[in-house]
Amino acid sequence: MYASKQPIDSYASKMTDEKRHSVYDGTSSGTYKRYSVLFKDYEDPDALRKLAGKVKDHTLSHLPKYLEQAEKKLTENGATVHFADSDADARDTVLAILKKHGVKRLTKSKSMAAEEIHLNPHLERNGIECLESDLGEFIIQLDDDIPSHIVKPIIHKNRNEIAETFLREGIAEDLNNDPETITRRARSYLRKKYFEAEAGITGANFVSAESGRIALVTNEGNARFGMAPVPVHIVLVGIEKLLPRDKDFGLFLNLLGRSATGQQLTVYTQFVGGPRHPDQPSGPEHMHVVFMNNGRTDVLKSNCREILRCIRCSACQNVCPVYRQSSGHAYRSVYGGPVGAVLSPILFGDRFAELADLPKASSLCGACNEVCPVDIPIPDLLLRLRDKAKVEKVKSVGALPMAPFAVLATSPLVWRTAMTASKMMNHLPIQYTPVAPLQNWLNQRTLPKWQGGDFRKWMKGRQSETTETKESSKSPSND
Amino acid sequence: MTAESIQNSAKGKQVLMMGTCLCDAFYVEAAKAMVEVLEYLGVEVVYPENQTCCGQPAFNSGDWKSSRTVARHAVEVFKGDLPVIIPSGSCTAMHKHGNLLQFENEPDLPAVKDLADRSFELIDYIVNHLGVTQWPGKLDAKIAFHHSCHTRGSGTRPGAQTLLSSIDGVDLVEYGQGEQCCGFGGTFCVTFPHISGQMGTLKLDHLLENTPDYLVSADLSCMMHLGGLAEKQGRKLQYRHAAQILLYALKGGAID
Repeated sequence: MYASKQPIDSYASKMTDEKRHSVYDGTSSGTYKRYSVLFKDYEDPDALRKLAGKVKDHTLSHLPKYLEQAEKKLTENGATVHFADSDADARDTVLAILKKHGVKRLTKSKSMAAEEIHLNPHLERNGIECLESDLGEFIIQLDDDIPSHIVKPIIHKNRNEIAETFLREGIAEDLNNDPETITRRARSYLRKKYFEAEAGITGANFVSAESGRIALVTNEGNARFGMAPVPVHIVLVGIEKLLPRDKDFGLFLNLLGRSATGQQLTVYTQFVGGPRHPDQPSGPEHMHVVFMNNGRTDVLKSNCREILRCIRCSACQNVCPVYRQSSGHAYRSVYGGPVGAVLSPILFGDRFAELADLPKASSLCGACNEVCPVDIPIPDLLLRLRDKAKVEKVKSVGALPMAPFAVLATSPLVWRTAMTASKMMNHLPIQYTPVAPLQNWLNQRTLPKWQGGDFRKWMKGRQSETTETKESSKSPSND
Repeated sequence: MTAESIQNSAKGKQVLMMGTCLCDAFYVEAAKAMVEVLEYLGVEVVYPENQTCCGQPAFNSGDWKSSRTVARHAVEVFKGDLPVIIPSGSCTAMHKHGNLLQFENEPDLPAVKDLADRSFELIDYIVNHLGVTQWPGKLDAKIAFHHSCHTRGSGTRPGAQTLLSSIDGVDLVEYGQGEQCCGFGGTFCVTFPHISGQMGTLKLDHLLENTPDYLVSADLSCMMHLGGLAEKQGRKLQYRHAAQILLYALKGGAID
């Protein structure tokens, strides 16, 4: 029907109706919940997100200072702090910790940082069984799939598909698609695994530099369950997740829950101050915090540094009309949607050319910026990356050449002539013109009637008329 | 405000009109309406002959070098002290925001900034700068107003709502997912044809829910896309620029 050369458009055009509906419903309902709770609770949510943006901006501008402070505090609290520069460093660091403690089995609470460095396959190759404990991630793992959304990893699946997975994997004995039954079955399967595990890996939503405290939020309680009964707790966290003070948690946790799922706070919010104290009855004896760079300092040096403010709430994914039509998988990276379209090409800088089409997958409608709890100017960053791709001469599929347009638009006489001549188009069978962009327009839409030159003519006539009137009204006094 | 006090309320003011390429090529009546509406308020409208385009197509495509060339031409064409009034939120956003981005490290940023400060979308100018918040005349019509994306957070959105709903006989109807983009997005609509078409169709589903007589917006580009889609799909949709609605009301409801 039409030439779809852009990978995301092409992906979207092949999606099943079932999948598109799952994604559309999941994202649009998230958007409305967010909107209603924010405006119910706050008189000026906009001021709040602008403030959060400023706090993050400040933190990023003083990142080495805050990292040092966090390291000092965490060490004082009894945790061991590691710094990993690349993805390989991060994987090796985690593996070394696990080997040191003789860990063979662990549970993991959903962590985008771990997804980013493909931690699971690495651990499995090294003989360590790694079970995902977030319900969505657990299903993803069973299906050998990848997450398609930051907060709802299986937004692309409906309950029928999940019921089929459970039956196939022997987690369920019959095909039951009742959400509560599905959840209960997953829960009883996962529950015993927590006690068999020898370590727990979590991410961190925020880390306070002031106290070294880590904030973790979930709706299933899986993060705390994953760390509480095990002797070793590993926190894998990007260096951008720092906040200066404990009191900043208030602002950010309130924004995170509301922006992500429309909840005032998520069901479970915990603060982890370090490993178990001798006078505490339970908890992990060892806590390791791995601060991961993996390209983040390069992003900080770029003209898209604002993207590091991101708190992974997915509000931009939920509101994005392109994401709604295509799902996260179309973005070919762990981070999908508007945030991914900016983050992926620069965070994974060596893949820039391969991912340079992502920033183009946007109508630049600005909804992502409007909902962002840390006020990231995402459309501006998408545009900057488009410019970067052009300047670096990255090959672009289906792009329209703009140099001829610039020549036309800076030659007023030629422009006017072309405008007038365009009226010919009304009498030509343009539907047969072999120009892809024109065809892509006409395949789905009609064009209005060309009227090039008519307004200028009218305006000229009107202006001379006005001048004549003025002249004639002046004439008596001239006499 | 009475009809008499609104007429000629901005007497003696002079503005430059940026007609936009879409008015130049397709929407003559919208451009004429803009002139007549401003003149009704007493504003003298000057249309610089050498104007072409704001440069947005190249800017959005990532060819900032070409876009800056076009923008420099616009800076030259619209130089001076007069306000530049534009019947499009999108071209206005290009002057006010896009240009500042692409000229960030250029020596002529001050000239670009000057144009940004003098550029106003038509409805924003009438309501928020001329202070006209009521519109005289009469028009019996059910109107669905499309908040174009480039008027997010600008004075155009509340301005249009105020002005259009003040017209005697106008029924401004709400519809679902008003915030959602129509899917035009400049070159996006032809480089991402599938997603653009889907977005537009969804938008139409919501827009047409209450069977409005007109779809109205401060951006003709969105309406060109939606109108074209509707026609191709055999759905009835009439659209007009907000300036045309104002003019019809002045003419006592006479519609072209």
